[in-house]
Amino acid sequence: MILLTRKAEFSSSHYYWSDQLSPEENVRLFGKCANRNGHGHNYTLEVTVEGEVDPVSGFVVDLKELKEVIHREVVDVYDHRHLNLEVPEFKHVIPTTENLAIAIWKRLENQIEGAKLHRIRIYEKPDLFSDYYGEA
Amino acid sequence: MRAYLSRRYVISASHRLYSKDYSEEKNRAVYGKCSNPHGHGHNYVIEVTVGGQVDPVTGMVCNLADLDSCVQRTVIDRFDHTNLNFDERFTHEVPTTENLCIAIHNLLAEHFVHADLERVRVEETRNNFFEYAGKGKHGALNNR
Repeated sequence: MILLTRKAEFSSSHYYWSDQLSPEENVRLFGKCANRNGHGHNYTLEVTVEGEVDPVSGFVVDLKELKEVIHREVVDVYDHRHLNLEVPEFKHVIPTTENLAIAIWKRLENQIEGAKLHRIRIYEKPDLFSDYYGEA
Repeated sequence: MRAYLSRRYVISASHRLYSKDYSEEKNRAVYGKCSNPHGHGHNYVIEVTVGGQVDPVTGMVCNLADLDSCVQRTVIDRFDHTNLNFDERFTHEVPTTENLCIAIHNLLAEHFVHADLERVRVEETRNNFFEYAGKGKHGALNNR
């Protein structure tokens, strides 16, 4: 088995707010991320797939196809959008870095032909990232 | 659903690699310029990975502020702008980055209670880094 990783970038805005918490609890828990006017990041996404190297093509997966899938399913939906307001999965789920990793996994899981999704890593900033491996 | 969160921190510290069990010649042979008598320093990058279930209300594995304050209190305040050789941890242990990585892991394993500590990675320079996931857990790194 070999792992292959493709990166992509998108820029989005978001805020952290839970209707299940009081305004004071939201501010205490999320700090400046709870500002309802939102803020934004340049996200870097790493999509890692696993599989066997095809003896003829020498590929685990066709990189061009992987790039197209990532763009169609994720970048085109998230880039230059407000995640809370414009992306359906975050209507009732806070777009934390953890939840972004899970949501992107779900978007890509059954879309990659010939390889299995291994990991979604999403950087909110160079010093902060979240990983999801499809675990329950 | 279980996810993993990683955060990077920087400390600047000096050290000298020198074992009291070796002769001067042997220290020089094993550690090279790292055993120069007055020591040298690095900007160490510490990457801490924690894991756990994503809380359905907060959307978080743990509150980042709790992780930041724990790392600040137990690691950064202790090691930043210090000479590692003078830290009590390294009285009888050479402050290699392997040992620093293990020391940081053990401090966080003891003090961080808001999520599972998965791994500590310490980058000594951009070309050298070390990872520790806990005693006997070499398999835990498992493609991660």
